Amino acid sequence: MSSPTVPADFSGHMLDLDEDEDLEVFTKKTSMTDGSPMPNSPSSMVNQYGLDEEEEEQGTSTKDIFITVDNPESQVTAIETFIMYRVVTKTTRSEFDSSEYEVRRRYQDFVWLRGRLEESQPTLIVHPLPEKFVMKGMVERFNEDFIETRRKALHRFLNKISEHPILSSSEHFKVFLTAQELTPHRKQGPSFLSRMGETVRAVANSVRGLRSRPEEFVIMQEYVEDFSNKISSMDKVTQRIIKEQKEYLDELGQYSPTYTQWAGAEEELAEPLKGMAGCVELCNKETEELISHLADVLVPALHEYVLCAETLKTVMKRRDNIQADFESKSEALAAKKVDQEALKEEVDALADRVELANNALKGDWSRWQNSMRTDLKSAFVATAEKNVEYYEKCLAVWERFLLSQRTEPSEEQAGEDAS
Amino acid sequence: MSGQVGTANPKLHEKKCVSSFSLLTCSVMFQMVEEGSTLLRRMEISVAEAEKRSGKNSVNMQETFTVYLIETRPMDAIAEGRNPAPDSLWRRYSEFELLRNYLLVTYPFIVVPPLPEKRAEFVWHKLSADNMDPDFVERRRVGLENFLLRVASHPILSNDKILYHFLTEVGGSLSFQSRTADSRLRALSATFRVRNPDKRFVDMKHYSDELQSHTSQLLRARARVADRLYGVYKVHGNYGRVFSEWSAIEKEMGDGLQSAGHHMDAYAASIDDILEEEEHYADQLKEYLFYAEALRAVCRKHELTQFELEMATQDLVSKKQQREELATGIVRTFSFKGMTNKLFGQEAPEQREARLKLLEELIAEGEESVKEKTAECEEHVEGGWVDMQRFKEQKDKDLREALINYAIMQISMCKKGIQVWSNAKECFLKM
Repeated sequence: MSSPTVPADFSGHMLDLDEDEDLEVFTKKTSMTDGSPMPNSPSSMVNQYGLDEEEEEQGTSTKDIFITVDNPESQVTAIETFIMYRVVTKTTRSEFDSSEYEVRRRYQDFVWLRGRLEESQPTLIVHPLPEKFVMKGMVERFNEDFIETRRKALHRFLNKISEHPILSSSEHFKVFLTAQELTPHRKQGPSFLSRMGETVRAVANSVRGLRSRPEEFVIMQEYVEDFSNKISSMDKVTQRIIKEQKEYLDELGQYSPTYTQWAGAEEELAEPLKGMAGCVELCNKETEELISHLADVLVPALHEYVLCAETLKTVMKRRDNIQADFESKSEALAAKKVDQEALKEEVDALADRVELANNALKGDWSRWQNSMRTDLKSAFVATAEKNVEYYEKCLAVWERFLLSQRTEPSEEQAGEDAS
Repeated sequence: MSGQVGTANPKLHEKKCVSSFSLLTCSVMFQMVEEGSTLLRRMEISVAEAEKRSGKNSVNMQETFTVYLIETRPMDAIAEGRNPAPDSLWRRYSEFELLRNYLLVTYPFIVVPPLPEKRAEFVWHKLSADNMDPDFVERRRVGLENFLLRVASHPILSNDKILYHFLTEVGGSLSFQSRTADSRLRALSATFRVRNPDKRFVDMKHYSDELQSHTSQLLRARARVADRLYGVYKVHGNYGRVFSEWSAIEKEMGDGLQSAGHHMDAYAASIDDILEEEEHYADQLKEYLFYAEALRAVCRKHELTQFELEMATQDLVSKKQQREELATGIVRTFSFKGMTNKLFGQEAPEQREARLKLLEELIAEGEESVKEKTAECEEHVEGGWVDMQRFKEQKDKDLREALINYAIMQISMCKKGIQVWSNAKECFLKM
């Protein structure tokens, strides 16, 4: 698309709305590399991040592009400090000149990419980005866990885009993955002012109201509302479970020492009491692991779909606006007597636009639903497995203890009777 | 609850041989019956039921209380295959207290088994602290039965006549005993300094303090853990609700979500039984928390008898000294008599004779007293040491079994968890 040239020293920060969405870091650490070498073979990269089920989604077609986001490093400039992520792309796609690219991108760049994709395809469902920062909970903006969570989400974002049949062939996407310097590209495209205009029109349209939404979109709208509620509830319940588990963990931590202390006062009983303390400590560790899984796997997955729900609502509004635009011009056509030719052309174009938008959404809708089902199913299955693993490990701990007690000479039938 | 596992009484079996706690008592009692010729050998004892009653109390106020049914049957009748109806009578908790106080006073060298707690302590949030709560009453019934079985299987306590009457006759004879019991019990809590206590008893007293402190800390920590675990399980019930609502708006995912939701509900509900079971473990620990007090009482009693002996001995020594002074006229120690003699002159020989005679009598009494007290002290030390050894063995065995039972409960809980989450996983796979 054509774009005005932009002076090199353009202090776009002032007008760029996305500026404050970036993560600013004020720590002394200058590097947060995890140091782990990236695997080079495509097949090993497929398995690297468990939740991605690209193979399932691709169906019979094999994946021809692999993207990873890693190696967050803080960058210090005169004006600000922020995090840069490394984005590595390996691909066999013909539209790419090379088969491998490595670039550094910041959060702001991802925001730019997503904005472009939405603009070019307003009624497609573009995967959401992780949020600016977490408001509730004790997550500090600058800490390692938060950066890691964000990195994983950015990784997922790019992979979701790469799997989308339409979006992955976007020129912006290619530029994002390949250009060493993104800044010159970023200043192209509709300006702040034109984006404002769009928002104003959208508000005006929503005030005016839609004449009639097609049945299928009414159903979709209802679903989106309900889904949004349910997924938010799931997110909240999971957070609550984590909270309760953490409190349980704390009490367990106080519990095992009581056995150890008692053992100090006993002779015969010292050994079994110490055994008990050991068992409780081991269960303590397993509980910690379970909590980690919930926080690192289940919560991000649910949260991602909470954001998706918001995206869906936005997409539906855009579709409504496109229809509203058409309807308002259409009414004008019916009312006015002059300039009918020009207006008629405009109305026809808008009618086409409505049809394109509706079809795009319809097509993407079933794609999105499948993707959602797969992703959430995978997250729930993983959580159920983790819980089973948790109980299996604790079971083993207690069975070992029981065995150690039963092989003692003075032990008999009470155990057998009771089980 | 005889020592015979699987008795002929189906009602007993059904009521009690369900929880692992009762099974524990079963096997422990089985051991005890074999060992000594105790009351339990001759008689099957149980606390079969609990009932609420209302009546007027001593200040003529209406009150509600619980009574417990004590049932006894002769062992030989059962062994012969006959199935006689049990003799039974109702008693309330306070009567059990009177019996125990009587035993404490009458057998001060015995570590007397404790009663179940008067009020619910170490409560975690769901458990009611109300004495009228059915779960509390049930656990108390089990505890009272356990008390009777322990007493009836004790080599010495089981032969007590009052115990026999308690089990078989309705009567007020216990209240008479209680008045003397109170005063002697109060003596046990007084403070005094003993010069030469038996070191073993001193050590045991320290141990009893430790046992009490550690078991109470453990019980407190366990109650808090139980409370938190309850929270974790119950919150999963919310998954059940959300899955159910969510399944209504989905097509392909609907069934999977719906059935997974049921499993989450089952998971949330399972904690009630799990923690109920764990209360039995807590009860076993509580028994030894209270046993610690009984153990300390024996040690205190030793201190008391030793103190009394020391006092008596000292008194005898000083009286003998006085006699010597009176006889020889040499005053070794300061005395008012000596002073007054110096100031107002010596007393008449008749007076001195009279005083000497009195002293001789007192000394004779004193010697008797020292003899008695020495014997009492020795008896107490001997009997006490034997019973403390018996107690130690019983404690090690019982607590070890309690820990094993706890492990078994944990295993059962883990197995349930594996079951539920495996089922949930199957449902998710169908999504």
